[in-house]
Order: sequence, then C-alpha cells, then structure tokens
Amino acid sequence: MKKLLARLSLHAEAGKKWVIALPTIWLGLFFAMPFLIVLKIAFAEADIAIPPYTALLSMADQAFDLHVYFGNFVFLTEDSLYLVAYLNSLKMAALSTLLCLLIGYPMAYYIARAKSNTQSILLLLILLPSWTSFLIRIYAWIGILKSNGVLNNVLLWLGVIDQPLAILNTNIAVYIGIVYAYLPFMVLPLYANLVKHDYSLIEASLDLGARRLKSFWNITFPLSRNGIVAGSMLVFIPVVGEYVIPELLGGTNSIVIGKVMWQEFFNNRDWPLASSLALIMLLILMIPIHLFRKHQEKEWEDSK
Amino acid sequence: MIEPSLSRDSADGHFLQIKSIVKTYDDVVAVNDVSLDIAKGDIFALLGASGSGKSTLLRMLAGFETPNSGQIILDGEDIVSLAPYRRPINMMFQSYALFPHMTVEQNIAYGLKQDRMPKNLIADKVVQMLRLVHMEKYAKRKPEQLSGGQRQRVALARSLAKSPKLLLLDEPMGALDKKLRNRMQLEVVDILESVGVTCVMVTHDQEEAMTMANRIAIMEEGRIVQAGTPRDIYEAPNSLQAAEFIGSMNLFHGTITVDAQDHAVIQTTEVATPMYVSYGVTTAIEDKQVVFAVRPEKTLISRDQPDSQYNWCHGVVHDIAYLGGHSVYHIRLDNGKIVYSFMINSDRFADLPTWEESVYVHWSDDSGLVLRP
Repeated sequence: MKKLLARLSLHAEAGKKWVIALPTIWLGLFFAMPFLIVLKIAFAEADIAIPPYTALLSMADQAFDLHVYFGNFVFLTEDSLYLVAYLNSLKMAALSTLLCLLIGYPMAYYIARAKSNTQSILLLLILLPSWTSFLIRIYAWIGILKSNGVLNNVLLWLGVIDQPLAILNTNIAVYIGIVYAYLPFMVLPLYANLVKHDYSLIEASLDLGARRLKSFWNITFPLSRNGIVAGSMLVFIPVVGEYVIPELLGGTNSIVIGKVMWQEFFNNRDWPLASSLALIMLLILMIPIHLFRKHQEKEWEDSK
Repeated sequence: MIEPSLSRDSADGHFLQIKSIVKTYDDVVAVNDVSLDIAKGDIFALLGASGSGKSTLLRMLAGFETPNSGQIILDGEDIVSLAPYRRPINMMFQSYALFPHMTVEQNIAYGLKQDRMPKNLIADKVVQMLRLVHMEKYAKRKPEQLSGGQRQRVALARSLAKSPKLLLLDEPMGALDKKLRNRMQLEVVDILESVGVTCVMVTHDQEEAMTMANRIAIMEEGRIVQAGTPRDIYEAPNSLQAAEFIGSMNLFHGTITVDAQDHAVIQTTEVATPMYVSYGVTTAIEDKQVVFAVRPEKTLISRDQPDSQYNWCHGVVHDIAYLGGHSVYHIRLDNGKIVYSFMINSDRFADLPTWEESVYVHWSDDSGLVLRP
C-alpha cells in the first residue's frame, strides 16, 4: 500500500511538471518567438527582397556575418513625426483612462451597491456589447457620429443645433470610440473591488461624524485604489497602441503610434522601422507595467 | 476627557428615553412599540435571539435606521430626525469596522478629525485613549496586524474618543473566542466604568449580558418581554417567556387552589403533591390556570421521602451530566416528565444517586414562582 502511494506521488511530481510545461510551451511559441522575431527585424536594414529586410546572420566567403543595424533607432530620433506620434498616443491613452475612470467609477459603484439580482443584470448589460464584433461596434459609431448620422439628426430635430456638428474624423470621435470600447475594462475590476467593501466601514465613518461624501472620500475611495490601478492599466496599455479606433473615427491629422506603425509596415514596407517603433512602444509601456507590479508587490507585503 | 466614575445606580432614570418606537420592514414588524428608560451611567443590555429586533433598535439609536413612529430622547433632545453624523452617539460595531487603510492612531483620531479639533489636541486625546485600552505600543500598526482582542480594544478606543453621551456596543464579544471573551467582558466593563459612559449593548448571550450589564431588557419578536437588573430577571421573571429565556426552569402547569395574602397553593396536573409559594398571587377567580416554576439549582435530591406535604416529586435518575463544578440530574417522574436538578460537586467522592435510582426532588417554600401561561 505504501509502495503504491509512493509510486503515485512520484507520478504526481512528474504530472506537476507537465502541467507547467503546457503553458510554458504555449508562451514560448506564441509570445516569446514572435517577440524575438520582431527584435531581430528591428535590428535589420530594409531591403527589397522577400522578406523585405536583411538577415541578422549570414554565411558568405567562409565568414559568419553578424549584421546588427542601429540605423532604425537613429532614424526614429531624427524625424519628429515619431516623437509626436508617441506623445499623442500617450496623451490619448492618459486622457481616455481618466475619462473611463470618471464615467466607470460611478457605474461600478452603483452596480456594486445594487441588489444582487439587479447586479447580475447590470453586469450583463456592461458585457453584452462585447458579444458582437469590436469592429462592427466601431463602424456603428460612424453611423451615429457622421454629419447626417443619428446624433446630428436627433439634435437637429430637438432644435439644440441648427448646423450638423462635425464630430466624425476629429479627436472627439476618437475619444468617444475609445471610452466606449474600453469602459468595461475599467468597470469590471472596479466592480470586483467595490463589491467586496464592507458597508459597516461607511456606517462607522458616518457614526464618527463624517458626512456621506466625506465618508466616500475617506474610506471607499482609498480602499478601491487597487481596482482603480487595475482598471487604469487595462485601459491605458492597449489604448497606447490602439490603431482601429483612430483609423476609423479619427481624422487624417490624428497621428498616433498605431497608425504610424501601420503606415511604415504596409504602405512603406519598412518592416525594420515598424519593428523598432513597436519595440520602443514596448519599452515605454514597461514603465506603467513595472509600476503596477511594484504596487501589487507592496500590497502583497502589506497584507502579510 | 475622562469623567469621574459615576454611580452605577444613578437615580436619574431619564437620560435616554425610548418612547413607543415602531419599525416595520415592508410587512414585517421588527420593533413593536418599544419603550425603555435608561439612566446615566447605565450599562444596558438588549438581550434576545436573532430576529428579536434588538439590532434594529440599536441601529435606530445610532441613526442608521429611522423608526416609523416614536421618539428617542437623549439628554432632553429628540434625536430621531438627526443624521448619524450629528448624533452625540458612537458605536462599536460587531465586526469592529476598523478602517483597514489607517493605523490604530489614525483610526482613533478619525472622529476627532471630523470635528476639526486642533491637531495637538487630537494627538493628546489619541495618546490618552491608547493608554485607556492599553494599546500604546501598537499606535502605528494597521488593523490587520492586530489580534482579535487588540482590534476590539482599538474599536472601543475609537468609539470612546469623541466622549459620546451614549455608547452603543453591537455584540461586543461576538468576534472573540470563548476564553478571550470572558476576560474581555470584565475588561471592557472596567473601561466603561472608568469613563462613566452610558452604554446600550446588544447580545444574544445571556451570560455576557449578565456579566457586563447592570440592567437587561429581554426582547422577543420586537417587544420587550421584561426589563430589570440581572437578578430581577433571573429570580423574578414576570412571564413564562422571560423565565424560559434566561437559565433553565422546571415548569408545572396547574390551577390555584389556595390564594392567601402571604402564600398560594397550586395543584398541578403532573404531580400529586401540591406546590406552595410563599407569596400571594392575587388572581382573578375565573382565571386560575397558572404555571408553577422552579429553577434546577434551587432543588435538592434525596433518597428519602421529604416530610413536607408540598413541593416535592418522585422519579428515577434518567441521566446525569457531569460538568465538573456541578452535575445536572435529569429525573424522570412517574408520568414520564423530566425534571432537572443541579447538584454542586462540593465533595470529591460523595455517595451520590446514580442511574435508575429512585429519588425525590424537593425544594423550599420560597423557591418556586407562579407564572402566567
């Protein structure tokens, strides 16, 4: 009997390795490999060939040639277009995150404080739009925002305006689209945080002489910090690289890094430059990700 | 400021007056026409099972619930319409509700800060409160770094920091284990007495109520069954409900046969021997149905038949629960009824009745009570 158990536990040890192996292989194949390829291309020169860049390693004249090209990165610093694109993207992401927070916090708070069966209905309503295609929903916004679209027609009919508003193909349309698309990513982590709050803390604050709004600021808001951080990261990081929404709803003058990358890659067929752009974006995004991780570690330390 | 200790039996019975409070939720009556008078310096316990309305009553005192009708007058002022943050009342919550993102110090200072007290005065007061609850060393800790007993001390300090006119305790020992509970009960009472604060507490634990409070009100189904000192309630319950709620009771249903000024005799349907109580009952002639009650610790067990013509019954020992300090004997009477009797284990090796032995249970004339069914 003991032997059998020992043998079983031996299998369990091996099983553990297999369980970890599967996601490791997955990450290696579909995350690390593509990343290394991008890294390789970023240090290559554009070439008229298939694929359109020079090889990193080559064998010629009995010599092993390592060709590492830094020109792409130098070029990025020479043309201010790229700096502007990065700054625009960061600004867009920051402002969208703030807007999502301002709209999403009251929503999440309301859902978290609703009755439990109302809660599930409200959560469903938040999630329901994402059951249709992201692209279709952004196209729908074109129909709403264009000069003879739903919004303008309603406003004209109501007499609020006498000229159609030019919203489509402006930054406002981009912000509307981004806030619309990314709001669930803000609401859900905030809800998950707020729903766990113990209401007796608010009662204790009221009992000790703080009014409702003050109790919210003193107690609920600081205690929801983790939800705010998580939601903001989930909005900020993807919005920096957002391509579809600025492309469809924004004007030609909205220069963001996603669009610039697209142009370099598809229009100019300059894969190395596009790759180095992507690499720089990744480096920029590592700052908030690093801060987020440090924050989480601190939380973990505190809770011990 | 710590006020000088007040006498626990203050003559002023009108410090907190609860007048005809009614609270309903939808169609359920949670608190049904409750009136209570609580004196300054009292530690008053609302004792009842869950759903008896005691917590609702406490929450109405704190201001978290509004009564449908009735008045709550604290120190001459009707507070029913005041918001919780305007009431001179503080509460220690059952879960303590300490703010997890603040240190012990910040928790205690929270209420004082809301009053815009100058910073140096707040600091002094916090030190004073920490000293009161013996938590000086833990000022910089977060609540999650404290044990259950320490959290309770902080919660108590926080609710006392504003020197409230009235302190509310919601199941104060509910979150502690039994051993710690017994120690903290006495310690909390000591602190409350040293501050001299008037206190209303809610508990479902009769031992806790009797240990901590100087007055108790038993609540059942939204009503006050009886209010009085722990001794009053235990020794002179005014109803069957009160008698059954606290401690255990042997009950015999019967009718009054003799009702004089200084004694009464009850003939029960369950035992042949009549029951005698040493006080007049003053019943109406047409309503002679009563219940005779006697507490188990007031009865004695003997092997010989008692001399008296009253107050005994015969049976066999059905079961014995040995509890160390005392044993509970379950005596099965000839008609099958079980009567309980406590036997103090004062001798280590006494010759005590054992299982299936024939015994007599008897008690003195002033031990029994007459209750209305």
